[in-house]
Amino acid sequence: MTARVGVVTFPGSLDDGDAARAVRIAGAEPVRLWHGDAELHGVDAVVLPGGFSYGDYLRCGAIARFAPVMETIVDAAQGGLPVLGICNGFQILCEAHLLPGALTRNQHLHFRNRDQVLRIESAGTAWTNAFQPGQEVLIPVKNGEGCYVADTATLDQLEAEGRVVARYVGGNPNGSQRDIAAITNAAGNVVGIMPHPEHAVEALTGPSLDGLGFFTSALKHLVGAPA
Amino acid sequence: MPRVVVDVMLKPEILDPQGQAVANALPRLGVGDVASVRIGRRIEIEFTGEPDLDRAREIADKLLANPVIEDFTVRLVEADETADARS
Repeated sequence: MTARVGVVTFPGSLDDGDAARAVRIAGAEPVRLWHGDAELHGVDAVVLPGGFSYGDYLRCGAIARFAPVMETIVDAAQGGLPVLGICNGFQILCEAHLLPGALTRNQHLHFRNRDQVLRIESAGTAWTNAFQPGQEVLIPVKNGEGCYVADTATLDQLEAEGRVVARYVGGNPNGSQRDIAAITNAAGNVVGIMPHPEHAVEALTGPSLDGLGFFTSALKHLVGAPA
Repeated sequence: MPRVVVDVMLKPEILDPQGQAVANALPRLGVGDVASVRIGRRIEIEFTGEPDLDRAREIADKLLANPVIEDFTVRLVEADETADARS
C-alpha cells in the first residue's frame, strides 16, 4: 500500500507545493492538509513545510502552533507519528515544544540563500535512516531566522543522546550553535531541519538529489525497515 | 480603562543582533557613549472587563513570549500612563 504523507498548508506557507512534490517523487501519496482542519485524514506521516506562516508575526511559528491542525499533530507526534518540519516547520515544532530550543534571527542579520553542505550526524531517525552516519549531502538553505539556540544543558543532552541530526559543513549560514542544522526528539520520529531537502529532489531544479533521502527514509520507517 | 502591559525581552545570554545593529548605527548620529542596545517588545492588553494579571501572565507565557529565549514582565498601567509612554 502506498504511504500517505500529509503536507500542511498554513496561511503564508511557501514550500507546501514542493514538499508535496518531493513526497510524490519519493514514491508516496501526498495529502494536502489545511491548518484550520484538525483532521489528519489518515496520513502515515506529516511534513510541516517552509514559508512564513501567519507572516512570522510575533515570532516565527508562534501563531501556527495554535492552529487546529497542530493540536492534532502534537498529540499524534507524541504517539509516534513521523513529523518533519522544514525551515518554518522547524520553527513551528520548537514553538510547539515537540523539539527543544528555538530559532532566532541569523547572527549576521542577512537572509541567507545558498546551496549548503550538511553532514548527517544521526541516521537513526524516521527521516534520515536512508543515509549513512557521517554522509555529506548538498541541500539548499534559505532563511532569515535559522540560528538555532538552546541552553548549554540542552545542547549537551542533544549531543549525548545522538539527537543532533545534521550539521552545517563548510561555513555556518546563520550562526546556529554548534553548527546545528537539524535535530530530533527523544523517540526519533520528529525531526526539524533548517535547510530544504524538498528543493533537492530533481536534477532540473535542485543542486543534487540528496534531499530525496529524507522522504524515502520516512517510507522505509513506515514499512518497519530497521534504521 | 486600565491596561495590562507585557514587556518581552530576550534573555541576557541570548545574542540580540538587531540591538547590536542599532548600537553600531549610533556613532553615525554622533553618539559615542552607548555601551549596548537590547531590543524587546511591548504588548498592551485591554480586557473587556477588569484587567486580569494572572490571565495576562498565562497569555504571555503561552504565546507572547517564548520562555526558551525570552523573559517577560506583566504590569498594570492606567490609560493616561499608557498615553504618556507613547509621547
